[in-house]
Formats: sequence, structure tokens, C-alpha cells
Amino acid sequence: MLSAGSQLVLLLLLLAIVIVISAGMGYIKIPFFDVLRIVAGRVTGYDGWLAGIDKLYPVVVVDVRLPRILTAAIVGAGLAVSGAVFQGILLNPLADPYTLGVSAGAAFGASLAILFNIGFMGTWSVPLLAFTGAVSTLFFVIYLSSDGGGLSSNNLILSGIIVAAILSAGISFLKYVADEQVSVIIFWLMGSFGSKTWVDVILTFVCVGLGFGVFVFFSRDLNLLSLGNRTASSLGVDTKKAPLALLVTASLVSAVCVSVSGIIGFVGLLVPHIVRSVTGPDNRKLIPVSLLAGAILLLCADTVTRAVLPNEIPIGVITALVGGPFFCYIFRKRQKTGG
Amino acid sequence: MNHLFEIQTASFDYKKKSVLRDFSLTLNAGVFYGIIGPNGCGKSTLIDLMIGHQQPTAGYIHYKGKALNTYPRKMLSREIALVPQNFYINFPFTSQEVVMMGRYPHIARFAAPSDEDNRILQDIMAQTDTLAFANRFITELSGGERQRVIFARALAQDAPVLLLDEATSNLDINHTITVLNMAAERVATQQKTVIAVMQDINLAALFCDELIFMQQGSVAAHGPVKTVLNEEILRSVFQVESKVQFDPYSQAIQVIYKKK
Repeated sequence: MLSAGSQLVLLLLLLAIVIVISAGMGYIKIPFFDVLRIVAGRVTGYDGWLAGIDKLYPVVVVDVRLPRILTAAIVGAGLAVSGAVFQGILLNPLADPYTLGVSAGAAFGASLAILFNIGFMGTWSVPLLAFTGAVSTLFFVIYLSSDGGGLSSNNLILSGIIVAAILSAGISFLKYVADEQVSVIIFWLMGSFGSKTWVDVILTFVCVGLGFGVFVFFSRDLNLLSLGNRTASSLGVDTKKAPLALLVTASLVSAVCVSVSGIIGFVGLLVPHIVRSVTGPDNRKLIPVSLLAGAILLLCADTVTRAVLPNEIPIGVITALVGGPFFCYIFRKRQKTGG
Repeated sequence: MNHLFEIQTASFDYKKKSVLRDFSLTLNAGVFYGIIGPNGCGKSTLIDLMIGHQQPTAGYIHYKGKALNTYPRKMLSREIALVPQNFYINFPFTSQEVVMMGRYPHIARFAAPSDEDNRILQDIMAQTDTLAFANRFITELSGGERQRVIFARALAQDAPVLLLDEATSNLDINHTITVLNMAAERVATQQKTVIAVMQDINLAALFCDELIFMQQGSVAAHGPVKTVLNEEILRSVFQVESKVQFDPYSQAIQVIYKKK
């Protein structure tokens, strides 16, 4: 078994390789080393690196492919870590970033923006309303489940399900009255990394990065919380503040991811699950490894739909179609072996 | 010399229902206390208040002469360890990882366990008879095995005060006596204090120095075993008929019950 440190280095290396390879894949094939030279040229600002490369290639790699590739990787990372954290706080290995209704809230916000053609923020209107929807749903769910003595995981999950169900009905209603806009709503809901820009990359990078910092800081407390609130409390965890800080941060991270990419299911559920079977449940290993594994997985999925399949299929559909059955498989295997 | 715990007219309400009412109790270091009372009399709530997990709605709790709620959580975790009632852990930590969590209060947030931490871990697991399943998942253990791991976890915390909340409810008699012996030994040799919520009055009489009888959120009687444990207190607290006598075999006061 590899040590935690070397696992991380290996995954980081793998991520870098996947990024370079997928930057070369697509309608225009660009050789592996040309991609490296283009990146080196852009980073160092030295044009010598670009000698002999088609003038179009740097534009394709840097302005078109890399923003999409990096956004996909960062969103995958964000969904996977926040999934790991949700599972930890809710003491439920079946929780995911969407358990508390974050996705339904985002979807409702986005549908509203599309239906009423709200455009005061230009192209940012839909993500902004999606984010607002996600965050207000979160706070409503927390309000609904708090009893004054802290948060109980059963209450949170139940409130999340109820609120998500109401919002889903709301979304159905919006689709019903949307007429010709219905296809835009449906397409947004299925998720896509098409036409992402460097602004998306920076935005998601900052949010996921900050969130990751919070998760790592609290990762040991998260271990203790799995022993139950009273025991965690007796071992020095502030059982009111720590879960709330983690819950809000994880929800904000997933809300940002959803508003940028649409709803991409199963990454947040599946990645921590698979990673846990390798690293064990210690969150100090689980969280960093999930971050990198999520990035690699979603980037590969997006590359498949972008460059391998004859027609682009919405990324949310791919992750659900592949992730769902795979989840059934590992779930069934676990029932048999008890592991 | 300050008292270890000084609880003064503390009250606690949960969902508008009074659980503790004007509760006063003074506890000293180096004593094995047993807390006895019927279900729902507020024993677990009292434990919650003593570890600072809940705050009293009125009154105050002093620990070593200072208000309990002025201690930082981290400092308190080096003072008071808790073995809770039985519960489930949903994630497959190994038993060893769980016991090591007891060392967290002594290890800096991002630091690895020291050799000393590992030595304590080995010692405690050997003493609690848990080494055999050190590498097995806590999720796969039986209720009794899990409870021993949790007990080992609390001992690893190496705090001067050990609170046991029905910590032996799932153990066979052999392990029950082993666990209570280890607690009693720490009281006798290391001046530690054990405060144990117990259901079995005979075991309590065998191991404890002092008993605290609780009834409807307040203290019904408190004192050394031989002064408080008698037929009248059992009748008034538990509504049972019994005979209380000194038993020469166990060298302790023991209770015999009669069918209703």
C-alpha cells in the first residue's frame, strides 16, 4: 500500500497528464509535445517555444480547450470533496453535495432566469440566480432542521428531501409554462462545460481552493464527529460551530460548481465512496485524494463527450449513465462481502 | 483545596420540559462515584453538562474552582474523558484508528502521532484486551467489542476525570469486571476520578466509593456506599422491595430483590 503522500503525488501527476492529453484531443488533433510547448510558451512568454507550430494551435489550446478542461477538473474536484464532507457530517455514506437540495435550488434559480429572460448581469445572470437559489435553499433547509441544540443529520436529510421535492415540482411548473424556452432549461439542467472561459476557471479555482482549505483544517474534527456529537464534544470539537462551518462551506462549493456547470450527478457520491475503499475513512487522507480523483474523473468524462463521442452528450447524462450502474455494482458487492 | 466539580442549583430544560431542576452536587478528586437512578431521571443530561456539551439553563458548574464554560474546549478534552452509551459508527475506521482518536487532544492539528502516542495506544489496547481486533473495522465488531474499543479510546485520552455513561451495558461479566477494575485502579493509584452512570446497583456497590441516587432531575441521596445504600432509598427511588446487607464473599454491601 502506498503512503498517503505518494498517492497524492501520483494522482497529481496523473491529473497533469490527463490535462495535457485531453488538450490535444478534439476536432483538431494537436500532438502531445506541441501542447506542452504551447503551455510553456504562454507561461514563460518566450515565443521560441512556439516555433514551427500552426498559428491556430495556441488559440485552440489556450483560449478554447484549456478553460473548459480546467473548469471540468476543478468542478469535479469541488463536487468530490464536498461530497466527502457531506458524507462525513451527515454520518451517511450515501449523502452527496445535492442531498440538502442545493441542486434543486440551483436548478430552480436557473430556470427562473431562463424563463423570464433575466439579463441584468449579461451571461452571468443564469449562474448568479442558480447560486442564489442554491444558497437560499441551503439556509432554508438548515433553518427547517435546527432545534436549537445543534443540527441532527436525520433532520437535515429529511428537510433536504422535502425542500428538493417542492422545488422539483416548481421546476416542472416552470418548464410547463416555458414554451419555446423549455429546451434551454432542460439543456442547462443536464450540465455542460461548453464555452467556458478563463473567468470560470478562476472563479471556480478560488472557491474550491478556499473550500478545500476549510475542509483540510477541519478534517480531524470530521473524524471525531463520526463518533457522535457527545464524544466529539468530549474530545475537543465545537459540535455546534464545526459542523455548521463545514456544511455551509461544502454547500457554497457545490453551489458554485452547479451554477457554473449545471447539475452533474454521481461525482460527489461516487468518488468519495471509491476513494474511501482505498484510503480508509480518515478524512485527512480521504479529502485530498477525493479532490484529485474527482478532478481526473470528471475531466475524463468531459473529454469523452467532447472529443471521443461522435456527438456531444450532456455531461450530467454521462456521469449518471455510467456512475449510476457502477454505484449499483459496488453497492451490491458491499452487501455481499460486508466490506 | 478546590472541589473537582461544584454544581450549584443547575437546571436544564429540553424542548420546554424540565430535565434537571435546582441540581446541586459537589464531587472531589480521587473518588469512584456511581450515579444511579431510574430511566429518564436526567443522568445522561447531567453527564452532558459535566463535559460542557450542554450549558445549564440556570445555575452554574465549576470545575477545579473555575466556571466550566470558561475552559477552552481543547483544554477540557485533556481534563475530562467520556465513554458514551452504545452507538453506531457509520464509517469503517479500524479499532486502532478509533483508539488513536483519544490521543487527538494531545496531538497538534496537523501533526502525526509521536512514539509516545503509539506506545500509549499499544499499552491501552493490551490492557483492554482489544489488540486482537486492532486492525478490524469498528463497523464489523460486536456491540461488546465495540464498547471495549470505545472504552480504550477514552483511556487513551489520559484525562484526570473519566465519565462512564452506562459504559458496560453490552459487556459480558468478565469484561465488565475488567473494565471497572481498570477504572478503579486508576482511582486508587493515579488519583483519577471516575464518575459512572450505572444500572447494576450491586456492581456499583462493589466498585464505587460513593453513590449518588437521582430522581426526577435532582439528587435523592449522596454519600459513601454504606451510608446511602439501604432498603428505604431503593423503595423511594425505584419502588422495589429489597434486602440490603453486607456480603462477606464480595466484601461489599449487596442488594437482593423480591418478585413483585
